[in-house]
Amino acid sequence: MFSKGTKRKFSDGDEEISDESLVGARVASSYNLQRQSLLDMSLIKLQLCHMLVEPNLCRSVLIANTVRQIQEEMTHDGSWHMVTEAFCGPGQSPSERLVATEVLCRSREQDAEPKLFSVISYEGCREEEVVADETLCSVSVSDTVSNVCLAGRVGQCWEKSELSGVERDEEALEDSRLGSGEDEEIDTEDGASTESPKTTGQVFGTFEIKNGSPGPDSALEELFSDVDTSYYDLDTMLTGMQSAPKMGPYDLLDSLAPSHGSPSIVSTPTCRSDLNELDHIMEIIVGS
Amino acid sequence: MQFPQQIHTDIISTVEFNCSGELLATGDKGGRVVIFQREQESKNRLLSRGEYNVYSTFQSHEPEFDYLKSLEIEEKINKIRWLPQQNAAHFLLSANDKTIKLWKISERDKRAEGYNLKDEDGRLRDQFRITTLRVPVLMPMDLMVEASPRRIFANAHTYHINSISVNSDYETYLSADDLRINLWHLEITDRSFNIVDIKPANMEELTEVITAAECHPHQCNAFVYSSSKGTIRLCDMRAAALCDRHSKFFEEPEDPSSRSFFSEIISSISDVKFSHSGRYMMTRDYLSVKVWDLNMENRPVETYQVHEYLRSKLCSLYENDCIFDKFECCWNGSDSAIMTGSYNNFFRMFDRNTRRDITLEASRENSKPRAMLKPRKVCTGGKRKKDEISVDSLDFNKKILHTAWHPKENVIAVAATNNLYIFQDKIN
Repeated sequence: MFSKGTKRKFSDGDEEISDESLVGARVASSYNLQRQSLLDMSLIKLQLCHMLVEPNLCRSVLIANTVRQIQEEMTHDGSWHMVTEAFCGPGQSPSERLVATEVLCRSREQDAEPKLFSVISYEGCREEEVVADETLCSVSVSDTVSNVCLAGRVGQCWEKSELSGVERDEEALEDSRLGSGEDEEIDTEDGASTESPKTTGQVFGTFEIKNGSPGPDSALEELFSDVDTSYYDLDTMLTGMQSAPKMGPYDLLDSLAPSHGSPSIVSTPTCRSDLNELDHIMEIIVGS
Repeated sequence: MQFPQQIHTDIISTVEFNCSGELLATGDKGGRVVIFQREQESKNRLLSRGEYNVYSTFQSHEPEFDYLKSLEIEEKINKIRWLPQQNAAHFLLSANDKTIKLWKISERDKRAEGYNLKDEDGRLRDQFRITTLRVPVLMPMDLMVEASPRRIFANAHTYHINSISVNSDYETYLSADDLRINLWHLEITDRSFNIVDIKPANMEELTEVITAAECHPHQCNAFVYSSSKGTIRLCDMRAAALCDRHSKFFEEPEDPSSRSFFSEIISSISDVKFSHSGRYMMTRDYLSVKVWDLNMENRPVETYQVHEYLRSKLCSLYENDCIFDKFECCWNGSDSAIMTGSYNNFFRMFDRNTRRDITLEASRENSKPRAMLKPRKVCTGGKRKKDEISVDSLDFNKKILHTAWHPKENVIAVAATNNLYIFQDKIN
């Protein structure tokens, strides 16, 4: 079934891997993706909070707490062996609970896509590396059938994150290619967790003091100036949010011209992804 | 059932009976207050068995602009609380996010006629024409109900007011926002006492907010407030001026087997209400209603599941923000039953003695006036029986957040978006 020489990304490649552990690891990896999706959703909600005129403090606090919880767990898990995690005691596997809600955790944008998690095969996991490579070059999703599902998910990741996760994962992939032996997740988690105290600071700081509005143009630039820095660099992201003036949703629509300069950090190949990201953000704002 | 009142063009945001149950006040998102009065039951007119009709309508709050923060302050009425009636006039407190107003609602059915200096239509009389002195006489006129603002309690809340509660001393009341609770004297508008402050020195450390507060119905020194972490604190104002240290702390230990990323959010308490007896209190969190004995802090004495079938849908409900909906709950007059709302215009009633519960729907299509309401059932999986509705067909935009129970009789008021339903329950 599985060729002996194939190295799995998510588990320690030294041991001989049995079918059971693969299933467990698959469940664990889908749990991680799910958790990631929840984290994405929460961060978007927090961001949108800042765009509203008068954010609801209770809701913001609850979302921020959820984000913190996820980040803590990701930090904690990141240092654990993936396979061991999948073999958690029967009463405490968090993956089971989240897997149960997986059907409902798909965001709106993913509704059209096929069921990802149930289709993930071993090949899919292995392919992720390849797929990510391709997305570095262009946004268009790889055509290979075996890649379609996971690629769609990963592609979604790039768009959904609004910030170029490209750089982030680029680093992660390079690291793993260099044989650092670290799990892909670890980099992102570490990055994320260290930012959490500042995250909430930026979230709640705005309730105290309103910064003067520098004007719609520069504000918009600021809003998107960190679109592509590391997605997990929450500090920068939310600082950008904080100094944005309180614009209503219509202001954002008005000022969102396609000709608006792309942020400088985005390199040419990912220019197209940037527009897609903007479209995506627009969808969220208008949709909400 | 009374025909649904569609007086409000805006979403109804609060519903409250007065202490006798004769009046029912509703506030809406547009800052308007509509008061309904129960018709006197008359043996002759059997058809009008104590129906509620519009008594008074007034604009309580207007939208404001906070220039300092460049933020608009919504005019939506968050809470209305009646004061106990002490004379012919009625008084109520209405609060939006920042300001509380005391309104006097009074009837006028007489008018003075025969003024010396002016005509009946108000024009000044020609001074040369005044030859005699007369005493004005009170003449009957058509009933007019006037609402006038008597006090405005402003500028005391930095955050959004979520609760107001009149104290049993009938002199003071408390108002609570996300981080602070203030105590006011009804006569004094230019200052209030801050009695609870949970704002951390560093806002980065904020993890918990106040979600609701209420004064004890008999002990004027005690009040409770609930938090977003599912805890309730009972405070005694005699202990200290600043009640940051609670006297009692109510929290149910978490069930580790049902822990998920949404555990904290669904444990957040959206409403807290003392029983009329003052011995118990009830809290509403996202999926359940809990009754607590004030003498026991470590767990509630009763727990009622409102819509447990939503537990597997929490992720979607988080995504569409429904998980943050704040449902209210209420006791009946004898504390034997409790009621709370749900989605799809459903509301639930629980009988504490028999442990029976019922799900009813507030909708025009399904009920005719004076017809018995049909119990509804939500099917959670497998075969759906006739008349059952499946979880996936529930309309999450039709939510019943606000309900009220007549203090003495089995009459309930249910607000479904911008419609008000009044039901007279014939059971027990």
